[in-house]
Amino acid sequence: MQYDVIIGLEVHAELRTKTKCFCSCKNEYGSSPNSNCCPVCVGLPGALPVLNKHAVEQTIRAGLALGFEINNTAIFERKNYFYPDLSKAYQISQLEKPICINGSLRVGEKDIPINRIHLEEDAGKLVHFGSDSLIDYNRGGVPLIELVTDALKEPHMETADEAIEFLTKLRQIYIYAGVADCEMEKGQMRADVNISLRPKGSKEFGTKVEMKNIMGFKSIHRAINYEIERQKEILEDGGVIEQETRKWDNDKGESFTLRTKENSEDYRYFPDPDLLAVNISDEEIQKIKDTMPMLPNDMKKKYLEEYGLNEYDTDVILAEKEVSDLYSECLKDYFQPKSVANWFTTEILARIKGGNKLDISKENLVWIIKSVDEKKIQRNSAKDLLTFVWGTNLNAEVEAKKQGIMADLSSDIVFEVLDKILKEKADVVAQFKAEQDPKILNFLVGQVMRETRGKANAGEVMEKIKEKIM
Amino acid sequence: MEIIKLSAKEIREKILNKELTCVEVVTAFVDQAKKNEKYNAVLEVFEDAIEIAKEMDEKVANGFKGKLAGVPVIIKDNIMYEGKICSCSSKFLEKYIAQYNSTAVQKLLDEGAIIIGRANMDEFAMGSSTENSAYGITLNPIDPTRVPGGSSGGSACAVALDMCPIALGTDTGGSVRQPASYCGIYGLKPTYGRISRYGIVAYGSSLDQVGIFSKNVEDNAIVLEILAGYDEHDSTSAKHPVDSYSLKLNDDISNLKIGVPKEIVEMAKGSDSEQNLANFINTLKSLGFEIVDVSIKNSDLMLSTYYIIAWAEATSNLSRFDGVKYTTRSETARNLQEIYKESRSEGFGKEVKRRIMLGNYVLSSGFYDAYYKKAKALQGSLIEEYNKAFKACDILIIPTALGEAFKIGSKASPIDAYKEDVFTISANVVGIPSLSIPFGKGANGMPLGIQIMANKFDEAKILSLAKLIEDKIGE
Repeated sequence: MQYDVIIGLEVHAELRTKTKCFCSCKNEYGSSPNSNCCPVCVGLPGALPVLNKHAVEQTIRAGLALGFEINNTAIFERKNYFYPDLSKAYQISQLEKPICINGSLRVGEKDIPINRIHLEEDAGKLVHFGSDSLIDYNRGGVPLIELVTDALKEPHMETADEAIEFLTKLRQIYIYAGVADCEMEKGQMRADVNISLRPKGSKEFGTKVEMKNIMGFKSIHRAINYEIERQKEILEDGGVIEQETRKWDNDKGESFTLRTKENSEDYRYFPDPDLLAVNISDEEIQKIKDTMPMLPNDMKKKYLEEYGLNEYDTDVILAEKEVSDLYSECLKDYFQPKSVANWFTTEILARIKGGNKLDISKENLVWIIKSVDEKKIQRNSAKDLLTFVWGTNLNAEVEAKKQGIMADLSSDIVFEVLDKILKEKADVVAQFKAEQDPKILNFLVGQVMRETRGKANAGEVMEKIKEKIM
Repeated sequence: MEIIKLSAKEIREKILNKELTCVEVVTAFVDQAKKNEKYNAVLEVFEDAIEIAKEMDEKVANGFKGKLAGVPVIIKDNIMYEGKICSCSSKFLEKYIAQYNSTAVQKLLDEGAIIIGRANMDEFAMGSSTENSAYGITLNPIDPTRVPGGSSGGSACAVALDMCPIALGTDTGGSVRQPASYCGIYGLKPTYGRISRYGIVAYGSSLDQVGIFSKNVEDNAIVLEILAGYDEHDSTSAKHPVDSYSLKLNDDISNLKIGVPKEIVEMAKGSDSEQNLANFINTLKSLGFEIVDVSIKNSDLMLSTYYIIAWAEATSNLSRFDGVKYTTRSETARNLQEIYKESRSEGFGKEVKRRIMLGNYVLSSGFYDAYYKKAKALQGSLIEEYNKAFKACDILIIPTALGEAFKIGSKASPIDAYKEDVFTISANVVGIPSLSIPFGKGANGMPLGIQIMANKFDEAKILSLAKLIEDKIGE
């Protein structure tokens, strides 16, 4: 039988804010355990949450970037459950009145409907040592936005590829909007996946299975395909899909049951009496709209139309915000969009592949690109120079001079060499005069460059040769 | 001059003009507390109070003029005072040491108050008799065979027995006013949000307020002036300006209209309080006040509304006591589930467990709409009713309790105990201020109380009227 696959996503992203969601502790990754803590975020008796307005603004910004409606009144609720990483035994979250409702994100040719984005607090982190467990509450209370796609509405995501495209684009938008850093390896973006199957053409939804907290896009891709196959097999065998939550084991490449419907938690949500309803005025929403940084879609348009870049170059540069930031910075000093883009899509891309750090200053990069364009350095020397200064505090110009790779020989000396070459290669000159083949000119320039060990300005040499023999 | 009979205001004045030292004052009250240990009003007398009094004497010598300079205060055992145990009269928090000062305590300390002890209470403020304390019952200061009321029974008893001129309690459904009535003193529950809840162990967060016990109206007003105000640590604290309550006590209030809600008076039928309220009305009339009847519909649903909201919030608030972090942990627990189950089973007392279970019930899926949501809707309509009533009058008067303090052990059924709160809960459900003043005596000669209630943030009206009556009775 043929099946329709319906994929739903719940994506958590830690907001970029200075302080936590409900106290003034630092929202900072990598501090020593329990150093960013106070009575509020460790849930001491008597402590009360105070909402961080910036976290609300960031949530609104995330919503606006994805075309959401913003509720003028939002409510925080308590989600009650016991776990040691949850200091108060309830998470402050939102259920009935989230900040953002009804958005969408384009995947391929589909606008995937999104139900909501709500703001909540992250839990702490458990660290296990043998039979002991320790708790680090640094992450406890960090503002977290949860986005939930609306799998009840058409169109649906149907493949692992679509889900990954959704996540990739979402991550890109969050980063460009400045709402979240989404560093996957730091757990700053995490996804739960819901999957259900139904016979092709059927209107009724199949039973959905949830997979929790899968780390990394590759694992998510694998987990989705695994789950689709698992459900297909069960249905083919005449079996019934059970509503359950499964956990993905990336090492084994398979998932296993975490809990079934029978032992699912009743979170006993109710409005948090410690927090007032949040009133969000239209003026406030407008203000956030007005200060929205340029998002990937708009930047793409600009690159294609104003800079004349091609689609491939555009996508490569826009994929990571820090890359496109550096690109924009370079253009400010040296507005040659295509020439600069060439360096980004080749040399820069090669150097940051596999998650390597983008570690070159705008000044060095602009100097190198400009020098090549002005034929002050040969391209190959420039590439070596880029490698040499990458990840250092060295100044490219100073190093180029030290290494003697600059085309800085005086014209007199160059012309002397040139005259010598023209005499020696009189036969070639004669050939050119007969055939007018530009390749021959290049050959002659090459001879001069070799003789001067690259320290002549090739452009100047070309001009001079043309002058002498044409 | 007997130091322990002095008011807070007199103590401060005598300290500032060098008639008394803080050490003399604190010593006198601490001795009084120790002499009356058998009442079990105070769980711990703070040994460093004398040291702090010495420092305060130096500060005063250097010109410090805090509004409570050298005044001894006892706090309920659910209010954080840094470095001191805060057990909520529970075994579960037997060894829990406060890690920070509650805003209320900080404000007292800033004005020079000296906190000399922590008072017994019903465990986690759940009860109306202080019989639910894990550390034994507190006895009524007038008749030790009776309860002092609750949940702030220890604080009320301490003030009534002159262990301190001022004590703090908390009032979620009458826990300051009812014990004040049983012990024959003044107990104020301010407007919800008037005093910061930061550092108060939460019971019913949307109902909880810090309350003030005193032996006279003026002391109460002075302390309210200090404690009231917005606190950036409590989002539900009000930004409403704070009155100079103590300076307004003698304002002309002759034009205040006094309302008597007939549905509530109906509930007092046949009790000591019925006659007492009638006497009170006559007193007001003799003072020239206009008395009007007002109606508050659905008053009979107030009790259910109150308990559903309180239980629901309590369930969630008490979940953090899980045996993992700072509560005592069951010694037999071998895994996480057992840590939760056994620690909580051993740590919480019976009444607390009952309310946790009821709270979980009213919040659970399938019952939420029928109970919690309905209770919140009723709360909304009751607030409307009171708003209407306050268009017809400035002040409402009702009894504080059905009658005198009851005998220890006489309210065995929880439902009987819950009914104790019938007159006090409305102020919490509606969020308005209410002061219980001592007025009249019951059949056994025990004190009775009358509540003077007003619209939100109208504490000044309440205190001025109470002052007028205090002066009248004193004549």
